[in-house]
Amino acid sequence: MSGSLKKTGAPSLEELAASPAFPSEEQFKRGPVAVIECVEEIPCNPCESSCPRGVIRVGEPITNLPVIDLDGCVACGACVAACPGLAIYIKDYTYGPDTASISFPYEYLPLPKAGDVVEVVDRYGGTVCKGTVLKVRSPKAYDRTAVVTVEYPKEFFYEAISMKRLAC
Amino acid sequence: MTQTDLAIVGAGPAGLCAAIEAKRAGADVLLIDENARPGGQLFKQIHKFFGSRAHKAGTRGMNIGTELLDQTRELGINVWLGSEVLGLQNGHDLWVVRNRVQTEMVRAKKIILATGATENALAFPGWELPGVMGAGAAQTLINVSRVLPGRRVVTVGSGNVGVIVSYQLLQAGAEVAAIVEALPALGGYGVHTAKVRRAGVPFYTSHTVRRAIGAERVEAVELVALDASFKQVPGTERVLGADTLCLATGLTPLTELAWLAGCKFDFVPALGGHLPIHDCAMRTTQKDIFVAGDIAGVEEASTAMEEGRLAGVNAAADLGYLTEAEARARSSEIWESLNALRSGCFGSKRREAKDYMLRKGKEVIA
Repeated sequence: MSGSLKKTGAPSLEELAASPAFPSEEQFKRGPVAVIECVEEIPCNPCESSCPRGVIRVGEPITNLPVIDLDGCVACGACVAACPGLAIYIKDYTYGPDTASISFPYEYLPLPKAGDVVEVVDRYGGTVCKGTVLKVRSPKAYDRTAVVTVEYPKEFFYEAISMKRLAC
Repeated sequence: MTQTDLAIVGAGPAGLCAAIEAKRAGADVLLIDENARPGGQLFKQIHKFFGSRAHKAGTRGMNIGTELLDQTRELGINVWLGSEVLGLQNGHDLWVVRNRVQTEMVRAKKIILATGATENALAFPGWELPGVMGAGAAQTLINVSRVLPGRRVVTVGSGNVGVIVSYQLLQAGAEVAAIVEALPALGGYGVHTAKVRRAGVPFYTSHTVRRAIGAERVEAVELVALDASFKQVPGTERVLGADTLCLATGLTPLTELAWLAGCKFDFVPALGGHLPIHDCAMRTTQKDIFVAGDIAGVEEASTAMEEGRLAGVNAAADLGYLTEAEARARSSEIWESLNALRSGCFGSKRREAKDYMLRKGKEVIA
């Protein structure tokens, strides 16, 4: 399923590929990277100030789209919880022989627990596969934006974006 | 009669920031709000704000509210809560009703109106059924009163308010059956729409609500497609089961006090309608009355805070607490910050409308 951001609400892979921060296939396949899905010029730059290695740049004016030096990114995840738009995650194509991993921001309760099997969803909210929760981090600095890491089959590498909300 | 240097009506983001700036400069400030708690809409904003660090980006609105209240307390600003301002005369006198029983007159050398805005309604058959409410009302219920208005919600309006409230309804445990937008393209920030879309919420562009269906309360909502001239397309009706219908169809500035004071107005649709004409100091055509926040044009909490600061600085300068040079330096800092918030594809329309207003202000205000 694809479609434009202003129609479906979600950016298509084409729109993402055309944005300056989205990793190339080659960059994805090298190892864990921060993926910034920010395709609209809005006045916002916490990603830039959150990066401990200073590899994310927005600059002036603050409506610039963020750019990231993926060679310098160590996929620490600081930007994932800092982005007010919940538009950044870490993806690792090399996690296992048949599996990838994703660490995404998650602001729903209850939180999943390590070991839980969850439904991995795409940008349109459709379930694409099952995944296993590896860890859930919610330190004080994240201010209640938890970062959930899920392992899932590599064939769904690009589609995966989050998990289905757990029932209250 | 209570006398003060500066009376500020409305203790939301604009009013609080105005009070803090003016009090810091040395002015005697009285901040008046009709609600039981100060903060305006900030305590309903449980999401992280956008902007830069200077705009408190990445901080949740409710935490910004707490910070502002702490500063208000530390500075010893006099705050009257539960106090409605019902009249404004002679450019200086406020008629205030405190706690619904006690009437009091306040004479202020300067007045800042930071009264905010009210939600627009939408008329359709069934609009009067219980379960139809403003998105702001739904947000108050879930984030302030902690009451879920319903289990399954349809939201009308895909601007940031509609999308953010829909997200917060999901967080509160409701289901969102649809977000409906009359225009062919979604209005809100893409990062907000992406967030609710990945949670499975469908968007219906070029659609509107045809009617709300239900005997005692909303049981379903009928949508219909709109053509390019916004006419309903027969045969495209569809019924969604829902017990709540949230209207996020824009805001109108609350301008009554400015009208009463005799301020001159202009009609600026991009900023919400009739607005008191003001200049870059936030001064109206009544020389001792300033405006800030949504009353000066509907924008966001972050712009409201900056406008409040501007009004506070300029009122304090008028009162002699800041030199002209100090006020100018502080104002230009604030303007830089405001311009950053009004840039980009979303901000430029507001920037243009605001520039028009400021040109008008310069022309009309001697």
